[in-house]
Amino acid sequence: MDFNLTEDRQMLADTLNRFLAEQYAVEHRNKVAYDAPFYDPSKWDQLVELGVLFALAPEDAGGFGGTGFDISVVFEAMGRQLTPEPVLGALMASRLLVSAGEDQEALLAGATKYAVGFTEIDAPYELEYIACTASAKGEGYTLSGRKSTVYGGQIADTFLIAAKLDGKVALFEVQAADANVTGYAMMDGSGAAEVQLDDSPARLLMADAADAMEDAINAGIVALCAEAVGAMDVTHATTVDYLKQRKQFGIPIGKFQVLQHRAVDMLTEIEQARSITIKAAAELGGEDASRYASMAKNLIGRAARLIAEEAVQMHGGIAMTWEYPISHFAKRLVMLDAQLGDTDYHLGRIMAANRAA
Amino acid sequence: MDLSFSAEDIAFREEVRAYLAENLPTHISDAVRAGDELTKEVMEEWHAILNANGWLATTWPTEFGGPGWTPVQRHIFEEECCRAYAPRIVPFGLSMLGPVLQAFGSKEQQDHYLPRILDGTDWWCQGYSEPGAGSDLASLKTRAVREGDEWVINGQKTWTTLGQHADWIFCLCRTDPDAKQQSGISFILVDMQTPGIEVRPIKLIEGGHEVNEVFFTDVRVPYGNLVGEENKGWTIAKYLLTHERTGIAGVGFSMQSLEEVKALARKVQRGGRPLIEDPLFASRVAQAEIDLEAMKITNLRMLFKAQQQGAPGPETSILKIKGTVINQELKDLARRALGPAAAPFPGYVTDGNLMFGPADSANNAARYFNNRKTSIFGGSNEIQRNILTKTMLEL
Repeated sequence: MDFNLTEDRQMLADTLNRFLAEQYAVEHRNKVAYDAPFYDPSKWDQLVELGVLFALAPEDAGGFGGTGFDISVVFEAMGRQLTPEPVLGALMASRLLVSAGEDQEALLAGATKYAVGFTEIDAPYELEYIACTASAKGEGYTLSGRKSTVYGGQIADTFLIAAKLDGKVALFEVQAADANVTGYAMMDGSGAAEVQLDDSPARLLMADAADAMEDAINAGIVALCAEAVGAMDVTHATTVDYLKQRKQFGIPIGKFQVLQHRAVDMLTEIEQARSITIKAAAELGGEDASRYASMAKNLIGRAARLIAEEAVQMHGGIAMTWEYPISHFAKRLVMLDAQLGDTDYHLGRIMAANRAA
Repeated sequence: MDLSFSAEDIAFREEVRAYLAENLPTHISDAVRAGDELTKEVMEEWHAILNANGWLATTWPTEFGGPGWTPVQRHIFEEECCRAYAPRIVPFGLSMLGPVLQAFGSKEQQDHYLPRILDGTDWWCQGYSEPGAGSDLASLKTRAVREGDEWVINGQKTWTTLGQHADWIFCLCRTDPDAKQQSGISFILVDMQTPGIEVRPIKLIEGGHEVNEVFFTDVRVPYGNLVGEENKGWTIAKYLLTHERTGIAGVGFSMQSLEEVKALARKVQRGGRPLIEDPLFASRVAQAEIDLEAMKITNLRMLFKAQQQGAPGPETSILKIKGTVINQELKDLARRALGPAAAPFPGYVTDGNLMFGPADSANNAARYFNNRKTSIFGGSNEIQRNILTKTMLEL
């Protein structure tokens, strides 16, 4: 048993934390996160040069990482700065390309930006209920349907799309030029897109992609949980600092026990969130990966909302302003619940497992 | 980052499991499983069995008769004991006084008392809380006045767990009433047979007899029963409390409770289907299970840190807070799973006429009520929050 990071991962974490802290001062972050194209193309290139994408892929796919802990190191660092770059899409696409046995040199080099289109308005989390369908046409396929809130879709070159083929969930590749893509900013910064497909030409990657998609989602969940842990750490530290500085009634408000105990409860939940994220990262790729991913996403969903709401409340009015960073951390912490299955969805999966056992 | 146990630890777990299968008498594990109040004889029997194997004083250094386990091995041992429904070891001599004597006691005190703790000659209880000194322990009033070679003790202790069985009590007494609160306290050992001591039972919320009041009227004990320096007892008290907090997460006990709740919810019917299929109930079980899963890792993380640093840090208060809350939630679910069948007072519903379910769930309401104590004792969860406020947040 060892809860320390390996030397290599610690180095990656240090490098990333330093780089992101320098490059993503909050004003700059907010500018690129909310102005089209809702990320920073020059910093994306620098992140790629630092090896962020290579860290997300295993060696036999051309990377140098790809385990749960490689993923969590990268995303925890990004969470600390609310980095808006479309790395999640790259991670999930990379997992899918590994499963499909596809080359991913262009992805890892940052040359081709991928986005993953699973989500639909009436099937935000459950792939078996998607409506997007594939039809054979000539030697290839076409897709019809609409994919919603495709993260990173606003700047993707290539989409990996889940669509029904002969009653099974299949995975297709669609070029952005062949789809009707409408990009927009998100409430919590960075961008996404609605991707409308109308007999759009598509290349079949996997006819039965359920397991591959599950794996990509599990990896994405580890990433989101780690991102949340990073963001919660900063949010909590900022809140505790504020309690020490802000005076009312002639004393720092951190002297009031009603606030002290709430700050402690935040700490407790963050440690629990860190623990379950470690567990999900350790299990990623294994037999029980989905179970622990669900547990992690549920607990993170609860903890992140608590940290966001308590941080805003304990700060008071200042945290309601756009100018003060905590407002942006709060938005990210709350909104990431809706990515890759929310608190209730994942609780339901654990309930179903208990029923079946 | 590696969550797996080492080959040695896995082998150790196997060894413990095999030992428990062989040596834990079923009449004892049955009583624990049923949540019965354990008799003194049962507790002493288990104490003697473990001692015969050298596995009793798990936290003691080998020079004093401990097994020399790492924190991770102790954790494995505790987990396996829970899994096998072994009784909790009565902690007052082994986990509290033992470490105190090892750190603060004289050679004579160590040589005299430590072997007697191991062989069960002396049953110890804890004289800390008073009617006016609970969370604010330093305001305690029990007076010890030196007269020649003796201490003369007057006052009252309370919440004295299993004091009805005890041969000895370790007491925090005020020895300098003029000093600042924390500075005038001494740590004194008292033979319960000394004239002037009266033990009165306190009946608890569920009807059980676990705790007592202990009254001291002109109780005379030798001056040499002082541990450490006069008026330095508060340092000892704090030292003891940090030892009390290790293992406080109660992960093993909560795992046990979770399995019981699940088994019960599969058996019990509601609306024509097993209770585990009721979404409201099932969601509470699932959420507690997730919190417990995280708790297991939080516990291991802190064990790992303790192993690296040599001592548990203040963040163990997190384990106490979260561990007790999870366990209390599970006890609530176990009670609710039975519905009205949880209502009969313990002892009336026996094996033969149970309506359903495992016989060992008959005490679930009593266990729920009794377990409310865990967020109060050992430094209430609010006191733990105060500790974390000071140490971790530095507010």
